[in-house]
Amino acid sequence: MNFDYTDDQKELKDEARRFLADVAPLTVARGVLDDPARGHDAALWARIGEQGWCGAAIPELYGGLGLGYVELCALAEELGRAVAPVPFASSVYLFAEALLIAGSEAQKAEWLPKVSTGELIGTIAATEGAGVLVAERIATRFENGTLTGTKLPVTDGMAADSAVVLAKEGLFLVDLTGPGVTRESVSTLDPTRGAAKLVFDKAPAEPLASGNAREQLSRIHDRAAILLAFEALGGADRALEMARDYALERYAFGRPIGSYQAIKHKLADVFVRNEVARANAYYGAWALSSDAPELGLAAAAARVSSSAAYYLAAKENIQTHGGIGFTWEADCHFFYRRARHLSLILGAPRVWKRHLADRLVARLAAEEVQ
Amino acid sequence: MNFEDNPAEAEYRAKVRAWIAANRPDMSHLLPEENRNWHPAHKEVARKWQHIKADAGYACLSWPKERGGAGGTQIEEAIFNQEEARAGIQFTYFMTGLHMLLPAMMEFSTDEASLARVPPAVRGEEIWCQLFSEPSSGSDSAGIRTAAVQDGNDWVINGQKVWNSGAQIADYGMMVARTDPTVPKHKGLTAFWLDMKTPGVEVRPIMMMSGDNELNEVFLTDVRIPDNQRVGEIGGGWKVIISTLMNERAALGSGTGLNWRDVIKLAGQVPSFEGTALDDPTFREWLADLYVDAEAIRLLSFRTLTALSHGKTPGPEGSAGKLLWSGLGGNLSSQAVDILDHGGLIDDPAIALASGAFQHRFLWAPGLRLGGGTDEIMKNIIAERVLGLPGEPRVDKDVPFRDIPRGR
Ligand SMILES: Cc1cc2nc3c(=O)[nH]c(=O)nc-3n(C[C@H](O)[C@H](O)[C@H](O)COP(=O)(O)OP(=O)(O)OC[C@H]3O[C@@H](n4cnc5c(N)ncnc54)[C@H](O)[C@@H]3O)c2cc1C
Repeated sequence: MNFDYTDDQKELKDEARRFLADVAPLTVARGVLDDPARGHDAALWARIGEQGWCGAAIPELYGGLGLGYVELCALAEELGRAVAPVPFASSVYLFAEALLIAGSEAQKAEWLPKVSTGELIGTIAATEGAGVLVAERIATRFENGTLTGTKLPVTDGMAADSAVVLAKEGLFLVDLTGPGVTRESVSTLDPTRGAAKLVFDKAPAEPLASGNAREQLSRIHDRAAILLAFEALGGADRALEMARDYALERYAFGRPIGSYQAIKHKLADVFVRNEVARANAYYGAWALSSDAPELGLAAAAARVSSSAAYYLAAKENIQTHGGIGFTWEADCHFFYRRARHLSLILGAPRVWKRHLADRLVARLAAEEVQ
Repeated sequence: MNFEDNPAEAEYRAKVRAWIAANRPDMSHLLPEENRNWHPAHKEVARKWQHIKADAGYACLSWPKERGGAGGTQIEEAIFNQEEARAGIQFTYFMTGLHMLLPAMMEFSTDEASLARVPPAVRGEEIWCQLFSEPSSGSDSAGIRTAAVQDGNDWVINGQKVWNSGAQIADYGMMVARTDPTVPKHKGLTAFWLDMKTPGVEVRPIMMMSGDNELNEVFLTDVRIPDNQRVGEIGGGWKVIISTLMNERAALGSGTGLNWRDVIKLAGQVPSFEGTALDDPTFREWLADLYVDAEAIRLLSFRTLTALSHGKTPGPEGSAGKLLWSGLGGNLSSQAVDILDHGGLIDDPAIALASGAFQHRFLWAPGLRLGGGTDEIMKNIIAERVLGLPGEPRVDKDVPFRDIPRGR
C-alpha cells in the first residue's frame, strides 16, 4: 500500500518539471495561441521526442523505454502543468494505446518504434460532429480496403501522420499523408491543441487486428482517461498556485486580497476539488499500471473528478486575478481553455458520469452475487 | 502507487474478515427505535463488541500492550478498521476517547495513575468525553474562560462547558481551562482529565435538532482535582487541543456513516418514473459525483497511512477530508430523502425504508458541518496552513486574555 510516487518516479517527475520549465514556458503556448495555424510547437515536440518520453510506457520490444504507466502518469501530470502545446496525448495515450490494445504484432512492430521516438505523430479519429459519440451512429464506412467518411474535430489532425479511425466496421489505420485524405484546420476553444476536419474519400486503410471495436475503443478511452486526468490535475494544481501567488501580491483596501475570506475559502474549495481529483487519479494510475479489474470504474472516477477540478481551478484563477485575468495578455485563459479541451476530447463529463454509475451498479451487483 | 495489500496484508485481512464474520455483534434483538446511537440497548452491544475486540487483540491494534493495545502496526489497525466498516459495524461511543483524547494523554502525560485509565477505555469499560467548547469558545477554541486555580497540590475549577458529546454517559472527561488570564490567550491554557463523578460536575442534556440527546452542557463548580490529573505543562493546553483536534479531523475525515452502497440499495427499492430511482439518469449522474467524493475520502485515508508508515505526521491537508465528509453526509441524506418523494417525509423507524436511517441522517447533517471544526474553520486552515495565505487581521493575538473584547 502506497499512496505516492516512488522515489525514482518522483525523480523522473522533478526532472520533467525542470526540463519543461526550461523548454516550455507559457510563452511557447502563447506562440501557438497567437498563430493557431501552427497547431503545436514543433521545436518543443522535437525536444520531448529526444527525451524518449513518447515511449515511456511502450515496451522495449517496440522501441520504447518500458518504464511503466505510473511513470507515464507522472509525465502527463507535468505536461498538463506546463500546458504544453504538443500532440503527446493523441500520439501516446490514444494512437499508441490503440495499437497496443487492438494492433497485430506486425502493426505494433511497424508503428510503435516511430511513435516512441516522436518522429511519427499519430492520433485517433472517432467523433463525427456535435453530440455524444455512439458507435452505432458512426457513418464512416470501410469498403474494399478504403475508408469513406468525415471526422470532426480530430485533435492533432493536421499534425498527425497516421490515425486510428473508427468506422462502422471497426478500427482502421490510415496514412493521413496518403491519397483520399483531405484535411482542413478547425478553430477550437483551445488553439494550443490544434484540430482538424478529416475527409476520407476512398482512403486506403488497414484494419486493426480483429476484435470487438466497441470494446476496444472503450478500453482505449478508459486508459487515456486516466492519463488525461493527470494532465488535468497538473493544470489544476498550477492554476491554483497561480491564483494563490497573485492573491499574496495583489492588495485591495490596504490588505493582500488573499487575506479576505471570500478569496481564501474559494481557493480552499479549489484545493479540495484538486485533492479529490488527485486521489481518484492516483487510484487510476494504480489500476492502469496493474491492469486491475477496477480499471473502468477508476478511469471514470478519475475523469469525472479531474474535469470538475480543472474547470473550477481555471475559472477561479481568472476570478482571483480580477480584470487583468480576463485579458488575452494574461496567462489565465490557457488553463480555462485547456481544461475544457481535456474534458471534451474523450466525451463530456456527463458521458463519463453515466459510465461511472453503470460500472458502479454493476460492481455492486457482482459483489452481491459473491 | 499501490492500493493493493501485499501478501502479508492480504493474509491478515482474510483472517480479520473471517474473525469479524464469526464474532460480529448480533443486533437482531434490537427494536428499530433501540437500534440508534446512545440508546442504552445499542450502547450495551457496542460495549460488548469493544470488549470482544480487546480480548482478541483487535482494539487499538497499534497501541503498546501495556496501554491495552495489541502492539501491532498502523497498517494492521487500518485493515481492521476497514473490515469493520465493510461489515457495517460502526459504533461511535469510544471514538472520542480512543481516537482523540487518550492519544493526547499518552503523548502529554507521564503520570502512571493517569495512564492507568487507558486500558479500561480500550476494553470499552470506560467512556470518555471532550470538555473543550464553551458558550463563548467554539471555533475560537483558545477563548476558554473556565478557570483553574492552583490550591496547594490541587486545582479548583469553575466554569461552563458545552456541546459535549456523550458527557451524559461518560465516565471521564478531558478538559481545558484557563490558568493564566494575564498572558495572551493561547499561552494561558492548561489541560486536565477528571472523573465525571467528581463533586461539582453537573451534566445537563441538550436535545439536538435531530431529537437525539447526545450533546450536553457541563457545569463545573469548585471542582477540585489533584495536580497529577494535569495533562502536559501548565500553560501547555493549546498543544493538547491541537493534538486532539488533528486526531479528530483525521478520524472524522476517514469517513463513517451512510455511504454510496447504502444509497444505491435504497434507490433500487424506490419506484421512479420508470423502474426504480436507480434507473433514473439524473440520479445516476448525481451518484457519480457522490462516488468520486466518497472515493477521495477513502483514498486520502491511505495517504495518511502512507505518511504514518514513513514516520511522518499527517498535516493540515487532512482538513480536506473533514470537509468532504461533512459535505457528503448532507448531500447523500438530502438526495436519499428526495428520491423517496412523499415517502421521504416518513421518519418513523418502524415503517420508513432502511428504518428511517436516511431521515435521521438528514436531521443530523447540519451538525456534521459544525462538530470537530466548522466548514469555515476547515477552509481557513487549508487557506492559511496549506496554501500559505495570510491570516485574518486579529485583534486578540498579543493582548492579555482579560483585555480581549467580548461579544455575545
Ligand atoms: C454534533 C456536535 C458535537 C460536538 N461535540 C463536541 C465535543 O464533544 N466536545 C466539545 O468540546 N465540543 C464539541 N462540539 C462543539 C464544536 O466544536 C463547536 O460547535 C464548533 O467548533 C463551533 O463553535 P460554536 O458552536 O461556538 O460556533 P461559532 O464559533 O460561534 O461559529 C458560528 C459561525 O461562525 C463561523 N466562524 C467562526 N469563526 C470564524 C472565522 N474565524 N472565520 C469564518 N467563520 C467563522 C463558524 O464557522 C460558524 O458558521 C460539538 C458540536 C457539534 C455540532
